[in-house]
Amino acid sequence: MHSRKEYVALMELHREVDPEKVTAVLKQFVGRIYQRPPLRSSVKRALRIREIYYIEPLEFQDRYVLFRVGCQSGTYIRKLCHDVGLVLGVEAHMRELRRTATGHFREENGVYTLHEVSEALYLWRRYRYEELLRKIMQPAELIVANLPKIVIRDGAVDAIAHGAQLAVPGILRLHEGISKGERVAMFTLKGELVAIGRAAMDTNEILESKRGVAVRIERVFMEPGTYPSMWKRRKSCE
Amino acid sequence: MSDLVKEGEEFLRKLDELGRVKRRWVSKDEEDTDPRYGYPPYRRPIDLYIRKGLIVIDKPPGPTSHEVVAWIKKMFGLEKAGHGGTLEPAHP
Repeated sequence: MHSRKEYVALMELHREVDPEKVTAVLKQFVGRIYQRPPLRSSVKRALRIREIYYIEPLEFQDRYVLFRVGCQSGTYIRKLCHDVGLVLGVEAHMRELRRTATGHFREENGVYTLHEVSEALYLWRRYRYEELLRKIMQPAELIVANLPKIVIRDGAVDAIAHGAQLAVPGILRLHEGISKGERVAMFTLKGELVAIGRAAMDTNEILESKRGVAVRIERVFMEPGTYPSMWKRRKSCE
Repeated sequence: MSDLVKEGEEFLRKLDELGRVKRRWVSKDEEDTDPRYGYPPYRRPIDLYIRKGLIVIDKPPGPTSHEVVAWIKKMFGLEKAGHGGTLEPAHP
């Protein structure tokens, strides 16, 4: 998941500092910053550059600073707090952290507690009441909402579900400006995610071509047999 | 254009909006979709809707994301569920 993240963090300064000064230092961290992953981390501890898109102080109370931060995936907020403390000259550490967005999934658009999930499942299993479950779940298609898209014909779906590459004749419509090597998502006419892959042709080449591999498939989501296998039929006719 | 194709188009437009994809669509060919196969994502029967669904979980502090995923799997009776961290989708 390499999408951008947003957090609300509570930082504790080790001595009280004027809020204006804290705000000024926080603003200095907007942009590209160096970070070394902390000792207890799951990635290689090499110095790396992460981008901070915005930092917005929300509240100041004594030595506590509550702020919102938008940043690149893989940014350590604990480290950010520590470094802000160093620049302020008083030292600081992170007290609490809550992620408020990952890519386009935002807290205000609906997050559900384990209790709510449990209740929705119970209502469905015990009373066949589906509505709550349908409300708290979203189609997995939303995960690839940010990708350029290609719509393919029914007859091309099962071949891809069986591991074929996407060939030009299978394509019905597509996004403008797809470039060679770019990751794309392929959908049925009904809007179901079939697979994701890397474009082997750009949009114009696809529009002008009659044959050839248009997309090299990386991962298939559609189960084989969901759509009829025209490709098998065609083969047996030959 | 059939209603199913229109519904699919509308759904993909909604995805573009969510994912902030500002590109225009271009058409290469036109065809209808067979209503006997597959479903528009929001009209999948509930068991399929769950299998091809995601939930954004409000994870309490304490348990790790891996633990929460394990609980979710158990609650749904699924073998396959994934996560990419807090506020991230399960893999279909």
